[in-house]
Amino acid sequence: MPTIEFTANLRRHVDCPTEAIEADTLAASLDEYFCRWPGVRGFILDDQGAVRHHVKILIDGKNIRDRRKLSDTLEPSSQIHVFQALSGG
Amino acid sequence: MTQRIYAGTRKGLFAIDRTRSGWEVSKTALLGDPISVLLPETDGVVTVAQALGHFGVKIKRSTDGAESFEERPVPVYPEQPEGVEDIDPIHKTPIPWDLKSVWSLETGGEDRPDELWCGTIPGGLFHSSDRGDNWQLIETLWYHDGRKQWMGGGADYPGIHSVCVDPRDSSTVRIGVSCGGIWSTYDHGETWAVEGVGLRADYAPPEYAKEPNGQDAHRVVQCKESPDTVWIQHHNGIFLSRDAGRSCDEITDVDPSVFGFAVVVHPEDPDSAWFVPGVKDEFRYPVDGKLVVTRTRDGGKSFEKLTDGLPQEHAYDLVYRHAMDIDASGDSIAFGSTTGNLFVSDNQGDHWQSVSHTLPPIHCVRFAPD
Repeated sequence: MPTIEFTANLRRHVDCPTEAIEADTLAASLDEYFCRWPGVRGFILDDQGAVRHHVKILIDGKNIRDRRKLSDTLEPSSQIHVFQALSGG
Repeated sequence: MTQRIYAGTRKGLFAIDRTRSGWEVSKTALLGDPISVLLPETDGVVTVAQALGHFGVKIKRSTDGAESFEERPVPVYPEQPEGVEDIDPIHKTPIPWDLKSVWSLETGGEDRPDELWCGTIPGGLFHSSDRGDNWQLIETLWYHDGRKQWMGGGADYPGIHSVCVDPRDSSTVRIGVSCGGIWSTYDHGETWAVEGVGLRADYAPPEYAKEPNGQDAHRVVQCKESPDTVWIQHHNGIFLSRDAGRSCDEITDVDPSVFGFAVVVHPEDPDSAWFVPGVKDEFRYPVDGKLVVTRTRDGGKSFEKLTDGLPQEHAYDLVYRHAMDIDASGDSIAFGSTTGNLFVSDNQGDHWQSVSHTLPPIHCVRFAPD
């Protein structure tokens, strides 16, 4: 089952434990994650549902392609990592 | 007598308390993260808006005098329909429908005790009728054709920095916009119109210099006891309105300068106002490196230059638009600077006490009501 893990820099602001979530796409995974942890959504996505400018999401070590609709697909063994980008702040 | 000041800074919140030996920093909170604006209320309630660099805008509220904070809901912009363009008219860049910063936070009228107004960058005004549990975008303003003429000034996008709820009628609300001038509603947000006729922008092409919509009013404040008097610190200088912002007259020839961001007006005496000037827009530091406050007591006919207690050599402080406040008595004034200086006067500016030289850059300063 794909897992999703968040940068320690975010854990300072909000509870965001690593979770295993059955999902085919990043959008579906995040939807489910935000159901479990609703406070996390606003830290990761902007008001239009796109990835925040200074947040970076990797799937199995690769940058996601679709930061607006989050349509990148997942494998059963995928690992999603959410970082703060080394910019902004 | 006011007992507490809050200063919101680039790196957290500071509480400054009155002691027997003067004002002293007594408490820090939320260290490390920038605070854009804050709203203290009675009974130890203080609400702050944070602009986290990576993770968006957050609002937090304390009900115990900044000992502890709880996360509160933030305003959210509506989904931008496909194909709907929203373009800054000058920069020709898209205006994002996304909360970039909370830039003003004010309570409603006394007859609406649960009301809050929240002005934001990129230009949305939000309203809450339940003390911030829920926020509604004021759609009549957001979808107003005139809003599309607003542009970014110092910030990338336009923003609402001043919200003045008329003390006589809480359905009348005036807002100041950089860059959008002064807008008013007389029906609690049902309809809006641009006012501020007479504001003038030297930097604009001559045919647009007096166009009220798009003016860069840096800060708009209203006298509580005489609400027809509104003072405006504009990008171009100082303006005064005697008809509640509908029309404005420019005040010139103020020593050492008319350029600045902050202004406060005495709560009872509409003719008394204070400013902290910089050289001019492209030189944002005090004239000759001498930090001064200018004070008028006669409605702008004359100004005094207040210096007692302020650094008079090698001072390069700029005072942001929300970084000066006057208390309910009208005697105490506090301001903080980009250099981390915080000064307080308990005699209307005749003398200034330096509270600290070493705070982070100060974004906002407010007295906590007793």
